[in-house]
Amino acid sequence: MELSLATRTVGECTVLEVGGEVDVYTAPRLRERLIELIDAGARRVVVDLGRVDFLDSTGLGVLVGALKRLRSVGGTFALVCDKEPLLKIFRITALDQVFPLHPTVDAAVAAGAAGNGA
Amino acid sequence: MSTVRLSFSPAPVHVRTARLVGVAVARRAGVAEELLDEVRLAIGEACTRAVALHRQYGLNDLVRVEMSDSGAYTVRVIDRAPIEAGLGLAALPPDELADESLTDEALTTGVGFALLAGFVEDLQVRPVDEGIGTEVRMVWPVNR
Repeated sequence: MELSLATRTVGECTVLEVGGEVDVYTAPRLRERLIELIDAGARRVVVDLGRVDFLDSTGLGVLVGALKRLRSVGGTFALVCDKEPLLKIFRITALDQVFPLHPTVDAAVAAGAAGNGA
Repeated sequence: MSTVRLSFSPAPVHVRTARLVGVAVARRAGVAEELLDEVRLAIGEACTRAVALHRQYGLNDLVRVEMSDSGAYTVRVIDRAPIEAGLGLAALPPDELADESLTDEALTTGVGFALLAGFVEDLQVRPVDEGIGTEVRMVWPVNR
């Protein structure tokens, strides 16, 4: 399935809903969208991976890039993920120790509002 | 025993095709359904690595993928990049993953290797028998 990207605002957070496959071919589009959002002033960014059915190292690299970019401008970055196959990818790469991972958008937004996003 | 071979130009768009074929052959070979996500990810990572190496060295050679089901399901992904590049794989410790000094390429390579090593119990990365290049060899059990 092709990559899909949709943005909405929840409270103070910009939520980017990602769907489909994030791989070496589609990850540049995700990177561009995240950079656009941050350049446009988004500082509390939540990426919802709920509809992602494939995520590889290139996609993970893009997410780390967004985390670093937001950190450098005093922003926060969090991920929403509750699917075991994806969570296993984060555990195996130790990136579960790098990203704040939340089971729902509401939980991520609540953590972001409390300043615990990243 | 049956064999499926696939060769593709080193472009990111074709990696998905390799994943789809690799999983289709795995399913037919009798790899357990619950392992197919891991097969898909591992073949994708091995092909992504090969494509990145070919692009890094400006090589137009095809990336080769060979799948066979003799006893177990074996997938070999073969690149034509110089060996010193191909074998330079290392997993990254967590405190370095989001380090500012780490380049995007180094991060993606390290994470890709962590995924391969984490998902493939029987994994070998070795020089090809003839000529220049490396082979990532992955083996999964089959139920018959």
